[in-house]
Amino acid sequence: MSLSSLDKSPTEEAAPGKAIVQMVGVEKWFGDFHVLKDIDLVVDQGEKIVICGPSGSGKSTMIRCINALEEYQRGRIIVDGVPLTQNLKNIETVRSEVGMVFQQFNLFPHLTVLENLTLAPIWVRKVPKREAEETAMYFLQRVKIPEQAKKYPGQLSGGQQQRVAIARSLCMRPKVMLFDEPTSALDPEMIKEVLEVMIELAQDGMTMLVVTHEMGFARTVANRVIFMDEGRIVEQNAPEAFFNNPKSDRTKLFLSQILAH
Amino acid sequence: MTDPTLTAAADEQRPPFWRTGAAGWVRTNLFNTWYNAVLTVLILWGAVAVIPPMMDWLILNAVWGDVGPDACREAGAGACWSFIHEKYRLILFGLYPFDEQWRPLVGLVVFIALLGVTMRRQLWGRPLALAWAVGAPAILILMYGGVFGLTYVPNTNWGGLPLTLGLSVVGLVVAFPLGILLALGRRSEMPIVRSLSVVYIELIRGVPLITILFMASVLFPLFLPSGVTIDKLLRAQVGMILFAAAYLAEVVRGGLQAIPKGQYEAADSLGLGYWRKMRLIILPQALRISIPPLVNTFIGFFKDTTLVIIIGLFDLLNSAKTALTDRAWAGFYIEAYLFCAIIYFIFCYSMSRYSQNLEAKLETGHKRRR
Ligand SMILES: Nc1ncnc2c1ncn2[C@@H]1O[C@H](COP(=O)(O)OP(=O)(O)O)[C@@H](O)[C@H]1O
Ligand SMILES: [Mg+2]
Repeated sequence: MSLSSLDKSPTEEAAPGKAIVQMVGVEKWFGDFHVLKDIDLVVDQGEKIVICGPSGSGKSTMIRCINALEEYQRGRIIVDGVPLTQNLKNIETVRSEVGMVFQQFNLFPHLTVLENLTLAPIWVRKVPKREAEETAMYFLQRVKIPEQAKKYPGQLSGGQQQRVAIARSLCMRPKVMLFDEPTSALDPEMIKEVLEVMIELAQDGMTMLVVTHEMGFARTVANRVIFMDEGRIVEQNAPEAFFNNPKSDRTKLFLSQILAH
Repeated sequence: MTDPTLTAAADEQRPPFWRTGAAGWVRTNLFNTWYNAVLTVLILWGAVAVIPPMMDWLILNAVWGDVGPDACREAGAGACWSFIHEKYRLILFGLYPFDEQWRPLVGLVVFIALLGVTMRRQLWGRPLALAWAVGAPAILILMYGGVFGLTYVPNTNWGGLPLTLGLSVVGLVVAFPLGILLALGRRSEMPIVRSLSVVYIELIRGVPLITILFMASVLFPLFLPSGVTIDKLLRAQVGMILFAAAYLAEVVRGGLQAIPKGQYEAADSLGLGYWRKMRLIILPQALRISIPPLVNTFIGFFKDTTLVIIIGLFDLLNSAKTALTDRAWAGFYIEAYLFCAIIYFIFCYSMSRYSQNLEAKLETGHKRRR
């Protein structure tokens, strides 16, 4: 398959590697509202991308297209070689390989933490229960809350819940992780514990697309920072260049607002 | 040792007596405001006026035991429990042959025992499934007979409590999954599935149960090829299932609507697929919050089984009415209805208590969040 049409995406800064997410000329409408406009984005394996932009600019919608939580009307999205079309099989394949962490955690409240973690591996990956539990405990250790395994999500703090949510995604051994404002619903003292987990994950080489306004995080781990406004990717660059040397006026304005407080 | 000033000081630190103990309770709960006080007095007065005469009628002056109806007709006689004594087997088992009534009794006991065991979730498993697999046919064999030297009893002769319980439990067990499917159908993204579910639910809910039973009994056979007959009991059962499914569907749909979108998205993003998402994530939560309205529907349905009289089946209540048609015992309808009421109450109240228990058990603390 020719990727020549993708060449216009600036991927020079990225570590060399295989493209794992390719969005080509993606357009999306909510009714009459044109929410995504000509999105071109190629994410290489191991790349960490931070996406920022004003509220309503389409950041969530864009990353939700990558695991088909949203449909798109034009263009192409290919995840790990699987084209996202109407084909349900493809959609489920992609979803099982792409982890997602939500702003509101969305843990399953009727299941224990351990059950939250083992459910998808057991039912989707057909992993034996024993093995799934071992994997789950491993990742709970990674997110530093193994002692909470038998509790229900409702008994945990927000920061703990979000770490469980990250571990739940990791148990599926995803090739890409999507984060949609993972710390926005958290109290300040809990943001740090979640960011720490995410930084460790990044250092382990996970491919990550993170919608966040945590610019410290962006500086620490991002290969690229993307700025979106009104449904378009307005600017993208390596963090240093992005923060020190923004090109567009809208980026400058946004950065001044974000960094003001 | 007793220093008067000391004890006085200690007394001072203790709440005054009218704020503690029984007196305190009465004060804070019954007489805390003037209107509460008035209400308390009114209710007390009502209780004094009603309870003693009621006790007289129910117990003290009641006629007990194996005596004829004349004793009940004497002046000053209270409740005629000898009527129940005389007729309880007719009420409980309807027109089932008198000498064979041990069979429905055993069937009933086995059925209730199985239900009781099934209510304990920790006992769910293969042995329980096996118990049902053996128990259910055994109950049917007992009821029908025709084998093992048991005389054959056609189901047109079944009646009373076994009929009420059988129709409602079997009805609910079959209608419940149907109702879930209908609820899912009504929220489906496929237009045909959605429209069919909506039409079904609205049609069935729009007509009284009596009409459905009547149609099941009269219209249904018209659609069948000639020579094929479905017996009356089965037709009634099918009618009740169709009816209950529509109501349960709406209850379940209410629960489904209360589940946040994020739960669907989290399940989707793990690649669970539609049916697993529903079965493992959405329905367990939706059904849990639907327990109170579900039980409401169950209880209503249990009592509605009595409408099968429209096609000539004699459930508990209708057997009691039959008992009242005995000329010699005419007029003791209060006793008959009280007797039925107690039986209905036992089952409905057990269901209610069980559901509260279940709700408490399934509570996982997620309501406390925010
Ligand atoms: N399901 C939807 N239906 C209609 N409009 C939507 C829907 N979801 C999002 N939008 C709109 O699309 C725009 C982009 O939303 P979103 O991607 O959530 O923005 P961001 O995450 O950047 O804040 C917003 O104007 C929002 O109101
Ligand atoms: Mg958003």
